[in-house]
Amino acid sequence: MSFINVLSREINCKIVYYGPGLCGKTTNLQYIYTKTNPDAKGKMISLATETERTLFFDFLPLALGEIRGFKTRFHLYTVPGQVFYDASRKLILKGVDGVVFVADSQIARTEANLESLENLRTNLAEQGYSLDKLPYVIQYNKRDMPSVAPVEELRELLNPAGVPEFEAVASTGVGVFETLKAVAKLVLTEVKRQAG
Amino acid sequence: MTNPQMVMYEEEFNQIQTIVNRLVKEANARVVFVIDKNGQEIAKAGETDQLDTTSLASLTAGNIAATGGMAKLLRENEFTTQFHEGERANIHIQIVGNRVILVVIFDSKTSLGLVRLRVKKASEELNVIFETLMRKVQDPNRETPFAEITDDDIDNLFND
Repeated sequence: MSFINVLSREINCKIVYYGPGLCGKTTNLQYIYTKTNPDAKGKMISLATETERTLFFDFLPLALGEIRGFKTRFHLYTVPGQVFYDASRKLILKGVDGVVFVADSQIARTEANLESLENLRTNLAEQGYSLDKLPYVIQYNKRDMPSVAPVEELRELLNPAGVPEFEAVASTGVGVFETLKAVAKLVLTEVKRQAG
Repeated sequence: MTNPQMVMYEEEFNQIQTIVNRLVKEANARVVFVIDKNGQEIAKAGETDQLDTTSLASLTAGNIAATGGMAKLLRENEFTTQFHEGERANIHIQIVGNRVILVVIFDSKTSLGLVRLRVKKASEELNVIFETLMRKVQDPNRETPFAEITDDDIDNLFND
């Protein structure tokens, strides 16, 4: 649910990075954090286990500039990818304005991708959302790994609707900002549509 | 689409800010802030300069969401109040009208009893304001501040 403050001319939106365990959601946020000007970002918060697996969420507040005097602020969240943290994942999706599904391109993770995408649909439906109506993009991450599925195959499995999609290597930053910009743009367009 | 926008107008913002300013004084608190359930900051008052209120807002919302999840499992509607006691700082968290969260950070200069008393009054007043605001936001003839923006404006933001 976007939040517009008329007085301070600010628009605040929430973007959630979703995907199977170890697909690189946190790595996306970490890369954005390291490459963003200090004035444009707040502190990155990671609620993680001792082994650095996401326990509840990562959070990164980010300013993406102004549109006609409106400051655009995005709150980026990741969900815990591990299957048994489903209750927490549902909570993070509350009030979401846009979703990035981070798929792990490795052939061995095909099943995990499908399961996570299905889980995303189910959890969104529980909150009364539909993935087909939300601003939504897909990122095929880990393109640098040795045994990855071809993008055509991933597209067929994960992106039959043909939403914007990006190849990425989040650890080195390839595709990270392209993904973020695409989802942010879709979110702002939706905010505008609702306002108009 | 079950994702209505929340718009904060000047009139309601000023009313909320007045209540928050007063609560800091009357409760003798260090900081008071109001956030929505998604962790967006709405208003704040007190010694906020030294404090990362953006992070606090997001964590508070996460905390409320987690507690709400626990409540659901216990077939409770919600746990509306939380209190965390530290060595120097304490946090009192109150859900207002099932919509927003009122957070009071205080130290030994005041007492939990006084904070609770003042929070109760402020919550009731805030609830009335947010009810008015929600009616305004849902009014089809409302002022829509973002409507003046064009697709080109949005494109321009993302052109390097």
